[in-house]
Amino acid sequence: MSEKFDAIVVGAGPAGISCAHDLAKGGAHVLLLERGEYPGSKNVMGGVLYRKMMEDIIPEFYKEAPLERPIVEQKFMMMDKESAVTFSYKGMEWGKEPYNNFTVLRAKFDQWFADKAVQQGAILINETVVLECIVENGKVVGVRTDRPNGDVYADVVVLADGVNSLLAQSLGFHKEYRPDEVALATMEILKLDKKVIEDRFNLEDNQGCTIELFGDATKGILGTGFLYTNKDTLSIGVGTLLSGLIKHKIKPYELLEYVKSHPMIRTLIQGSEPQEYLAHLIPEGGYHSMGRIVGDGVIVIGDASQLVNAIHREGSNLAMTSGRLAAETILLAKEAGDFTEKTLDHYRVRLLDGFVGQDMKKYKDSTHHFDQNPHYFDQYIPMLNRAASQMFTVDGQSKWEKQKKIWKDLGSPKEKMKMARDMYRAWKVVK
Amino acid sequence: MLHIVACIKQVPDTKVIKMNPKTNTMDRRTAPAILNPYDAHAVEEAVRLRERYGGKVSVLTMGPPPAVKAIKKCIEIGADEGYLITDRRFAGADTLATSYALTKALNKISKENPVDLIICGKMSIDGDTGQVGPGIARRLDIPPLTSVNKVVEINKEEKKAIVHRKLEDGYEVVQSTLPCLFSVEKTINEVPYAPFPNMLKAAKYNPYIWSVDDLEDVDIKQLGLKGSPTIVSKVWAPPKPEGGTMLEGNRQEQVEQLLSILLKKKELFTIKGES
Repeated sequence: MSEKFDAIVVGAGPAGISCAHDLAKGGAHVLLLERGEYPGSKNVMGGVLYRKMMEDIIPEFYKEAPLERPIVEQKFMMMDKESAVTFSYKGMEWGKEPYNNFTVLRAKFDQWFADKAVQQGAILINETVVLECIVENGKVVGVRTDRPNGDVYADVVVLADGVNSLLAQSLGFHKEYRPDEVALATMEILKLDKKVIEDRFNLEDNQGCTIELFGDATKGILGTGFLYTNKDTLSIGVGTLLSGLIKHKIKPYELLEYVKSHPMIRTLIQGSEPQEYLAHLIPEGGYHSMGRIVGDGVIVIGDASQLVNAIHREGSNLAMTSGRLAAETILLAKEAGDFTEKTLDHYRVRLLDGFVGQDMKKYKDSTHHFDQNPHYFDQYIPMLNRAASQMFTVDGQSKWEKQKKIWKDLGSPKEKMKMARDMYRAWKVVK
Repeated sequence: MLHIVACIKQVPDTKVIKMNPKTNTMDRRTAPAILNPYDAHAVEEAVRLRERYGGKVSVLTMGPPPAVKAIKKCIEIGADEGYLITDRRFAGADTLATSYALTKALNKISKENPVDLIICGKMSIDGDTGQVGPGIARRLDIPPLTSVNKVVEINKEEKKAIVHRKLEDGYEVVQSTLPCLFSVEKTINEVPYAPFPNMLKAAKYNPYIWSVDDLEDVDIKQLGLKGSPTIVSKVWAPPKPEGGTMLEGNRQEQVEQLLSILLKKKELFTIKGES
């Protein structure tokens, strides 16, 4: 039998690395297993890294981490076929320390982050797939890897194996996710001259912006598109619920091509060269889809436990916080010498009591609600666009007349009632 | 107990590397650094010989500090120790200067634990010369056996090695004295998926790291760019292969089409009656 660890963390993404980092820092003997060639090689996200939760793990990381641009402007585009209503916030306070959030390229960032965990003493092994948890008398005691002599043992196994966590699933912690519980995101990294990016997006050196795209960006399917500025690349992508793609019989890359050729987007990415194409599933079932996250000798963190706030496109920060809380719990368990579910449940309580659980609960019905009511995206957003066009087109009609037309465009009294009700319901699911 | 040293190199993955069209040089940032694939077979063969005869496998490389990663890869394959010689004064070395520096390091390794056998990969995929192995052998004044495709026997007591050398039309069986140097073909073995304990060892392993000052008896003029008479006059990317023609139809039809195309190639055949 090979040496025994205090903890084995399966998966070197933001959740797994955070957990391994804090465990090692706390003096635990920890093994971090990654199936990719290096941490980040298989990891995908749109690209926003949240400063606060990262700083909870590595203070002032932004002084040395490979980041792209601090985000000073967040735009939201409500798109119709040939128009968009945009609102945005830009603030210079986000452009200086301590910053709000950053764009990152995961292949670079995750490697750096994993190195930090290794510096703390975590042992990282890449290119190794965990096939299953080793369970003895109902307790998880280790993992079986795909390598010869590949069994490794530990007091606790932390599952950070990402969305669709097959390991948690095989322990019976959650069922296989339905197509309306996961989104499929496809994205491209487009090479574009640094100066051109700054001119086009009205940025100064070392400033970035994010644009979230709603409505026609996803052809009315529940989901969003995004366009983020990196140093000398752009990240553009689109994510929609799997069920929507199936229902509308659209292939994900067709949707991405559609966004790229949209008149509101085309000009922003003109002249850029595709550098990478990435695709990944995102767990978007929310609180209701969360399975069990603690068992005897086992803890589930990050995407593997469905920790994504789809409404605010947050995920990596929830992952990091879950990893940090898991580490904290395991260190306490190590001190007590007790790794039963009862002790490890501290993690679940801390997670659900904190902002992660609060946010998951706040938006618990939102994905389902918007999925069941596609008219928010395919009717109300075009309506908003028509109203804006009507109001701002100067054509000799009085503003009163224009208001009347807009009012008429909202439909019959019955439809207006429905709309009012929908707005109230939308408010309720996100309030 | 054999002491085998495998000489290895970290190279850019030429399968994915892009050429800078302006300067006509390899843009190294576009490719990840990997263990030279031929060298993986050299290390694997060393490990197999250790399993057969007992002993120790060391790996030696020259390169920048990140080359530690290539050494760790060798530990994964099963090597026992790794040595990296790294120093700005080694930079820009051609095969002559490289074999000089590696020989100095081999001398130092030999002092601790005499080396019986040195194994190199046939060549590196970024340089393609295959000169460093024979260069080392010449400097150490031991026999170089190139294109080794099979090791029949190593006998330390009788100081002999018997191998198959790959030839264009077969192989030859060669016996040499020990110590000697092999440079091996890719076909000599298959590198298996590394077992978990090796991965664990590699993850924790720290190789010996030596600078020029750690080596003895070094003539600085023979190192790095200064010690490299090779001049690269021009580098260019090979032309991309053209599309070719797809033959359609059933097998019979495809064969007939192919034959008629081949027969029309005048440079391949002269048809009777035509000049």
